[in-house]
Amino acid sequence: MKANLKYNICWLILMVAGFYLMNALILVGVIDSFLENMVVTIGINIILAVGLNLVIGFAGQFSLGHAGFMAVGAYATAIIISKTPTAGAFYASIIVGVVVAIIAALIVGIPTLRLRGDYLAIATMGAAEIIRIIINNLKITNGPSGMFNIPQFATWPVVYTMVCITTIIIVNFIHSRGGRAALAVREDEIAAESMGINIFKWKLAAFVLGAATAAVAGSMQASYLQTIAPNNFNIMESIAILIIVVLGGVGSITGSFVAATILGVVDAALQSFGALRMVIYALVLILIMIFKPSGIMGSRELSFKRLFSRKNKKVGAKS
Amino acid sequence: MTTLLNVENLVKNFGGLTAVSDVDMHLNDDELVALIGPNGAGKTTLFNLLTGVIVPSSGSITFRGTDGVIPLNGMKTYKIANLGMGRTFQNIRLFKELTVLDNVLIAMTAHYKENFIQSVFRFPKFYRTEAQIRKEAIELLKIFDLQDDVDKLAKNLPYGIQRRLEIVRSLAMKPKILFLDEPAAGMNPEETADLTRLIRQVQRDFHITVLLIEHDMSLVMNLASRIYVLDHGSLLAEGTPTEIQQNDAVIKAYLGEEA
Amino acid sequence: MTTLFQQLINGLSLGSIYALLALGYTMVYGIIKLINFAHGDIYMLGAFWGYYTINFWHFNFIFALLSAMVVCAAAGVIIEYFAYRPLRHAPRITALITAIGVSYFLENGMSYLYGADTRDFPQVIKQVNYNLWGVRVSNIQILILVTACLLMVMLQLIIKKTKMGRAMRAVSVDPDAAELVGININRTISFTFALGSSMAGAAGVLIGLYYNSIDPLMGMTPGIKAFVAAVVGGIGSVPGASLGGFLIGLLETAVQSVGLSAYKDAAVYLVLIIILLVLPAGIFGKNVKEKV
Repeated sequence: MKANLKYNICWLILMVAGFYLMNALILVGVIDSFLENMVVTIGINIILAVGLNLVIGFAGQFSLGHAGFMAVGAYATAIIISKTPTAGAFYASIIVGVVVAIIAALIVGIPTLRLRGDYLAIATMGAAEIIRIIINNLKITNGPSGMFNIPQFATWPVVYTMVCITTIIIVNFIHSRGGRAALAVREDEIAAESMGINIFKWKLAAFVLGAATAAVAGSMQASYLQTIAPNNFNIMESIAILIIVVLGGVGSITGSFVAATILGVVDAALQSFGALRMVIYALVLILIMIFKPSGIMGSRELSFKRLFSRKNKKVGAKS
Repeated sequence: MTTLLNVENLVKNFGGLTAVSDVDMHLNDDELVALIGPNGAGKTTLFNLLTGVIVPSSGSITFRGTDGVIPLNGMKTYKIANLGMGRTFQNIRLFKELTVLDNVLIAMTAHYKENFIQSVFRFPKFYRTEAQIRKEAIELLKIFDLQDDVDKLAKNLPYGIQRRLEIVRSLAMKPKILFLDEPAAGMNPEETADLTRLIRQVQRDFHITVLLIEHDMSLVMNLASRIYVLDHGSLLAEGTPTEIQQNDAVIKAYLGEEA
Repeated sequence: MTTLFQQLINGLSLGSIYALLALGYTMVYGIIKLINFAHGDIYMLGAFWGYYTINFWHFNFIFALLSAMVVCAAAGVIIEYFAYRPLRHAPRITALITAIGVSYFLENGMSYLYGADTRDFPQVIKQVNYNLWGVRVSNIQILILVTACLLMVMLQLIIKKTKMGRAMRAVSVDPDAAELVGININRTISFTFALGSSMAGAAGVLIGLYYNSIDPLMGMTPGIKAFVAAVVGGIGSVPGASLGGFLIGLLETAVQSVGLSAYKDAAVYLVLIIILLVLPAGIFGKNVKEKV
């Protein structure tokens, strides 16, 4: 119990320190509005990638429809706060987005999670496209031209807090009864079933939790960028999230953080290259995959527990 | 002695092929039964039918649980497992990328509850539950001398230990019946002797019924109180080890016509 | 009745393009289990090759088509050699990301070199419309259908009758066993990419002729639709890919003709999901059960 408290306090310190570091850098002027935009984008991508990593890396279900659930959250927030621009409405809209995304994930997941591997990927991709096309044709969402002048409530501290909350929820889920069951499903469905695990239930749980966090990311994006259109949530967006997950390491939450950060920085640094930017990006992507096929982190995680035990061992060796 | 599992007229067809035909068998409380037969006799198929991995074409399987006799036909695998049926696999199916401890904890999933909110926000109750089940799991691992491997990945264990861990994992389900599919496959005589001792110990200390598929006759004759012989999908004989050893039909099936 | 036939003709023309593309997806998937995301961009390369050779080298249609097939085959082989071969034993998802990278590279490379704007495809064959019992059929539609069907028959013959085709089938069933009986795996995979990419190249020239306009991002949507077609048909199955392509083409035209063109993609995906729920491995796919 005490040991757990120690690790939890370490994480808390890390989160608070990150917040004040960011705050200080803005005050000093190191981080201008361009860099702040970069950091917030990284934050939103972290939320998305961590959620998708839960589904792909931990539950082993290859979903390619993450952007669809993100769209649900984004439009829930955009519609609600455009009508009632208050902070209260903004937070309520996040919850509405999450609830609608959960319902959508159940509708999509219950039939399709019976499929395997690439078949599941293509079915979830199709489902996400259906969500996008529906949004594209609705009046309330303003159709293909999207929504503008959405009030900005999602400032960087809000996004930062959401990154922390969603990551805590997902990591803690992974290290609990449900997370272990999901891991068993990934490892071997037949063995998991024979151990009394309702594989469908845990696949769906991971899928729904991933979708819920994607909706949160969508809400953040809508209210931070203040403008959204259905095309922001197409297949390419789902693929962009997948790239972060694979680049960081499938099954490594730390990897998702690292990859989202690296890609965010690279993207910002390449802004001045104009049209060449995407060509370089593509080449970098191919090269990283060829030379580091299991991603930057593999399946390793940053763990205070391990750090401490390593230190103890060293101290023990000296004495 | 009461019957735990009762099988009547069990049939399984794959297309035109009859893999299991008209099998009757029963398992009593607290006994160790072996299922033997030549390769391709349908032993693993029978196992898969009993544990619900495949659905029978016809016939009935019933299980006497705590609340009466339950028909198992067509019931989902995980539900059958949670009634109290644990198993191992012929070609070891551990959760390879997970630790030894996690392998055991996963098998205990049905035996404890964790509320989503409590676990996600780490309520004290969560830590208490986790500490409790971890203690249980480690105690179980201790019995089988695996306490030093707790944090190792299952795939990094030697073959014999993997087999042992698979048995431990299925015991963590607190089964009433344990199905062991060729537990001695690929083991040397020394390891087999070890395993024989282990299975006897399991059966004695945990008071569970064991059904065992095995080719190693010394192991079977040593352990089993009853033996079923399967050939070409149907039951050839049933009896005590001595009866089976003297059964003409069995000898013929194993050694060919001339014998 | 005539509108029905009219839509049928339109649907078949579009469908034959999807079918040609789907063949490449299905063959590559069959042999190395990779969703070759860059396949749609090979089709774009084919269209651009046709555009340049017809405009600047004054190739005729047949010559443009055949040279596009050769060039695209070479492009496919080169991509496989540099981007996919090093990853043959890597996790499948890694190879998929690499394929996406290749796709980005081709799309953005072309935009960078030649500009992202849409251009008119030269009308190397003058469009003539025939009126058959009230159904309007253009010579280009007939050309597309005939060429596509011819190519599909040829492909089927190559796969079923030639030694290379037999090697392809062997590798797709069991690469290790195929290697043991003396099949050169690398050459077989290269050949598969060449064959699939040449189909895409042909489709690119045909679509240029049909729609009159090409741009560097033209491969994205048809690429994904063709992949859907391959999955619907049962990925790995060559007749399945053809059938799936025609099915998607017909479906799209049908939805469009009843005035729901905004939902035509949604209809395609909905049908995809329904088919997969009924037949989890597509129409011609084999559902392999894991042995316990």
